[in-house]
Amino acid sequence: MTDQTMSGAPVNEKTRQPLRVPVLHMGIFAALLIFFLAAPFFLYPVFLMKVLCFALFACAFNLLLGYGGLLSFGHAAFFGGASYISAHAAKMWGFTPELAVLLGTGAAAVLGLVIGSLAIRRQGIYFAMVTLAFAQMVFFFSLQAPFTGGEDGIQAVPRNLLFGLFDIRHDRAFYFFVLAICFGGVLLIYRIIHSPFGQVLKAIRENEQRSISLGYQVNRYKLAVFVISATLAGTAGATKALVFQLASLTDVHWTMSGEVVLMALLGGIHTIFGPIAGAALIVAMQNYFAGFGAWVTVLQGAIFVIAVLLFREGIVGVIGKWLKKPL
Amino acid sequence: MNIAKPMLALVTGLLMTSSALAIDIRIGVLNDRSGIYADLSGEGSVIAARMAIEDFGAADKGINVEILSADHQNRPDVASTIARQWYDNDNVDVIADVPTSSAAIAVHEITREKNRVFIVSGAASSDLTGTMCSPNTAHWTYDTWALANGTGSAMVQEGFDSWYFLTADYAFGHALEADTSAVVEASGGEVLGTVRHPFPGQDFSSFLLQAQASGAKVIGLANAGGDTVNAIKQASEFGITQAGQALAGLLIFITDVDALGLNDAQGLVLTEAFYWDLNDETREWSERFEAQRGAKPTMVHAGVYSGVLHYLKAVEHAGSKDAELVMAAMRELPIEDPVMGGGELRIDGRKTHDMYLFRVKSPDESSGPWDYYEHLATIPAETAFRPLEDGGCELVN
Repeated sequence: MTDQTMSGAPVNEKTRQPLRVPVLHMGIFAALLIFFLAAPFFLYPVFLMKVLCFALFACAFNLLLGYGGLLSFGHAAFFGGASYISAHAAKMWGFTPELAVLLGTGAAAVLGLVIGSLAIRRQGIYFAMVTLAFAQMVFFFSLQAPFTGGEDGIQAVPRNLLFGLFDIRHDRAFYFFVLAICFGGVLLIYRIIHSPFGQVLKAIRENEQRSISLGYQVNRYKLAVFVISATLAGTAGATKALVFQLASLTDVHWTMSGEVVLMALLGGIHTIFGPIAGAALIVAMQNYFAGFGAWVTVLQGAIFVIAVLLFREGIVGVIGKWLKKPL
Repeated sequence: MNIAKPMLALVTGLLMTSSALAIDIRIGVLNDRSGIYADLSGEGSVIAARMAIEDFGAADKGINVEILSADHQNRPDVASTIARQWYDNDNVDVIADVPTSSAAIAVHEITREKNRVFIVSGAASSDLTGTMCSPNTAHWTYDTWALANGTGSAMVQEGFDSWYFLTADYAFGHALEADTSAVVEASGGEVLGTVRHPFPGQDFSSFLLQAQASGAKVIGLANAGGDTVNAIKQASEFGITQAGQALAGLLIFITDVDALGLNDAQGLVLTEAFYWDLNDETREWSERFEAQRGAKPTMVHAGVYSGVLHYLKAVEHAGSKDAELVMAAMRELPIEDPVMGGGELRIDGRKTHDMYLFRVKSPDESSGPWDYYEHLATIPAETAFRPLEDGGCELVN
């Protein structure tokens, strides 16, 4: 508990009541949970599931960028790679949803280990470019490999019985399965950020040389956070494949890597709830602006410009500043 | 609000069972409205659907039709969310258009699951009426098989009997090349070779030089979109068509020709299901379309018009909007409209009609804007599409 308290309030900010911050965070999590439990009864479940998957994806990405200080431009590889594996497992091998998601997650972890162990040897823009290069390799693999169905993708992926027992084919039932996975994932990320491991990560982000001189094996920490981030991005991708019942090249395309950066920036990096807000905003724009036709991309661009000009720390970052509490 | 409308329809329906029909139809036009396919589908497809409703005289027949439209940004996940939302919340009865095969297949599967009707005009994949075929889908305008077949067989008959392929190196390009090669060889032509270019490609010069050196009479472009446009531009820089070799586009639309300009596109041979300058009826219809859109219609627009018109006829005939009854009526009724002519809707969902082989005019031959095509041959409806038994559709047996 003391450990969480310490990390919840960064050392440089004077928090008058240090116990308040984790309580505030738990309160927000509880409010979010209540909202998402009630939401399918007044919002469209498929839209909500999409928000949840992208929220987990953005949080996983933000773990790497906001807390590890590593800007990856290839997270689509893990997201999309896992969605292909999970779709293939569910469709061709008849895997139950939880196993398909687990398999996709596992594949993303292995991919993260391979890509991460090479990428973390470089820093800054070189790191970003190495991850982008690997993501492009995964894209071309997905385009060419016979099991991915080329540009048609894997379509008509069945939603099998959960644990082989429960029928969750209906959107609302499936929603709660997705909610459990994504909420669990976000809570896990929260726990990681506030663990001693997360503290070391932040130290490395702030001053890598000093962390080395203090005796930390910096590269091991970087690799670990890279693999964790890739794994959870994979969980999000694997779940998304079952939500839409398809896996396609969109998921592994470099624009997907860009989209997740946009979500994290809009919501606010260095915040826990920022990526969730960013993901919700972007997905809502894609969904509800679809009727505006050609204006949808213009509106997206305008909102991004406004956000960058007015909320440099992201939406949640700015709110956190007003409240004088890290969110 | 969602419940109010059908309730109202039900009540009015009960009150006037003896008189005209009282059916509320919602048509969702889902396509690309901001990206690369916005010109060939986009707002034009909405206009085409509206024209079909007016020409059918829906209001007088007691059928109240409303159009919804949305931009799927060529992304299957966006298309899938919108389609589900339309079917679940907005009581949409039929979705029309949907270019980009991956997005169309996603909507195709959802339509089957929700038991509604899907009229495909913009998408190319012949799998929609092949191994993936569904009783709820009508593939209206064209498909990859018809384009490969039209261009392949008709060109060999015109004397272009040796081919060299420039193929995009992924599944779609390979399929297009394989389909066309088979047709060329079956028609008595020969394939001298093939060169694969990376997808997406930028620089085609070395591939084009190889194709030129092969001495083949035809260079077949087994690619799509930006790749085809780039290849045509670069071929024009090398003066390939002026030197006597023909360039055959296997997936290209009149809007691409318009964007390229006749200088670059001249001499290109292609297959389409519709051209505005075919006969008096198409000219008259295209003029009305142009008055609203500011451009001539593509075959995708013509397909949306023809498909929606026939759908409404089927609703009137069946006296219901139940998907099963309407699809049965669509198959049963003869298809005849001023834009795409006669045809039939087959059991596998393929709609058949005549296809046309065109050559793009040179700037001197063209009399003005949109006067782009010279008619070379007509491929009759019976042979224009893949034979029913070859598709692998399980509904056939």
